[in-house]
Amino acid sequence: MSAAATVNAGPKRGWKSLSTWIGAVIVGAAMICAVFAPLLVPHDPFTQDLSKRLLVPFWMEGTDPAHLFGTDQLGRDYLSRLIWGCRISMLIGVTVTIVSGLIGITIGVLGGFFGGRIDDAVLFAITTRLSIPVVLVALAVVGLLGTSMTLLVLTLGLLLWDRFAVVARSTTMQVRNLDFVAAAWCAGCSRLRVLAREVLPNIASHLVVVATLEIALAILLEATLSFLGLGVPPPLPSWGLMIAEAKDYMFFSPWVIVIPGVALFTLVLGINLLGDGLRDLFGARADT
Amino acid sequence: MPTCRRNSSGIAFILTRLSGDLATSIASPNATQADIETIRKAYGLDRPVITQFFDWVGRALTGDLGNSYFFQTRVSTLIAERMPVTLTLGVTGLLIALCVSIPLGILAAVREGTGFDRTVQMVALLGQAMPSFWLGLLLMITFGLQLGWLPISGTGSWENFVMPGVVLAFSAIPALTRLTRAGMIQAMGSDYIRTARAKGLSRASILLKHALRNAAIPVVAIAAVQLGFMLGGSIVIEQVFALHGVGFLAWESIAKNDFPVVQAVVLVLAVIYVALTMVADLMNAVLDPRLRV
Repeated sequence: MSAAATVNAGPKRGWKSLSTWIGAVIVGAAMICAVFAPLLVPHDPFTQDLSKRLLVPFWMEGTDPAHLFGTDQLGRDYLSRLIWGCRISMLIGVTVTIVSGLIGITIGVLGGFFGGRIDDAVLFAITTRLSIPVVLVALAVVGLLGTSMTLLVLTLGLLLWDRFAVVARSTTMQVRNLDFVAAAWCAGCSRLRVLAREVLPNIASHLVVVATLEIALAILLEATLSFLGLGVPPPLPSWGLMIAEAKDYMFFSPWVIVIPGVALFTLVLGINLLGDGLRDLFGARADT
Repeated sequence: MPTCRRNSSGIAFILTRLSGDLATSIASPNATQADIETIRKAYGLDRPVITQFFDWVGRALTGDLGNSYFFQTRVSTLIAERMPVTLTLGVTGLLIALCVSIPLGILAAVREGTGFDRTVQMVALLGQAMPSFWLGLLLMITFGLQLGWLPISGTGSWENFVMPGVVLAFSAIPALTRLTRAGMIQAMGSDYIRTARAKGLSRASILLKHALRNAAIPVVAIAAVQLGFMLGGSIVIEQVFALHGVGFLAWESIAKNDFPVVQAVVLVLAVIYVALTMVADLMNAVLDPRLRV
């Protein structure tokens, strides 16, 4: 893309862009929901009340004002489960990204920094990882070892480090050859110091952008696994699990799958919008 | 390439051996200790894990993927039976994705910076955030139930593949559209396009014959790789639409602790992915004479 074209190409970038702000607001709201979920929920998300099954949400006829988004097939308040589900999504998204980030950044920086044989090994690891079908392997592991949050986070973390590794490797390669790194070498800095004080701070902005996109991916994958019945164990209200449990009722009351689906879609969209905004802001590239 | 494949098969193997005692889970709950021992011997589970692994790899290289614990047939037969459904689904998805994203990408590039361009980019962003299983369910409610245009599940006719194909395509459209758009913008700004314009060629000829051919190179590479991802990701869509393909087989086998099948499906999908990346490289060489050495 030529420089002139980018300047003329209308949409505003970074914090001047509306979409970045929309993303920031969505992510901010989700974080508030996640952190303060126990205080925000109007009802207990686990209490069943079979006399109040499948109450309709507020925009339909015959709604119960006590249950704004209605109730599910076991009479649990849908809004409360939605808020609690946001907590679970965010928790899994962030922890998975921490695990995968640690693995991917370590591997990528080592490969990019040392080059040679080590880099060959790193590239080999990345190609191998890319040939593994993620959803299938994650399903197999969770299916065989049983469903638990810790296992889910570790499995996804061990499978999603590829983008971190690719970006960390290529950016480290660029930074490694810059003058200030050479200056640090000449000043007699140790390898560790060059890595930690010169290289890492200069690739951090790229990694932040990757992290936001990875959080979104992890949230989508968690919902998919939970939807297939091999993610978050019930009765925890994961959005994917809510859709799976409500699937039998969707033909008669479509809102039971529309509400958690819209929540999931909005959160992922928000994180992606924020990530795109940050990328433009930092001038980073995460196009892998 | 082959080492890469062996490595991922190793991962598949290790993962599937992690779960407690296999023989016990295959035997019925009220089996005696002697029954369990018999099963352990029959499936070769009494030997060291390393021996089992190399045995499995050795036989897999000759095309023998072992027998299913549950179906009592050869795994290769099972996979061969289910593969056509998955492949049909994957190819349908890819074709739909290409038919949508290439024209969209070209139009967005031609009208770069206009409202149309921004709309296309916004749609790509929305597509990225859409959970595929949810989109599948929404399409089922709308087109299957309320409008009654398409069948909800099964594999009887081509109509069964329309909705799953669209859902699968949805995951690939954002990346392909962005790539086509970026490639076309870059190509349209280059010198040979100016030459072509100066020669007085028609706009369509410049766009489709000169610019697209160069912009298509990265798109082809990514399209082949996307097909690999689609085959791996089709497990979700096969589940939603009850299509009995390889993904569905894997899901059933996971539920039944049927390891040889799970292992084999992971291996087959990994091999297909590696093969597709190779096909992408070859196709690039066909499209781009500069890559031929």
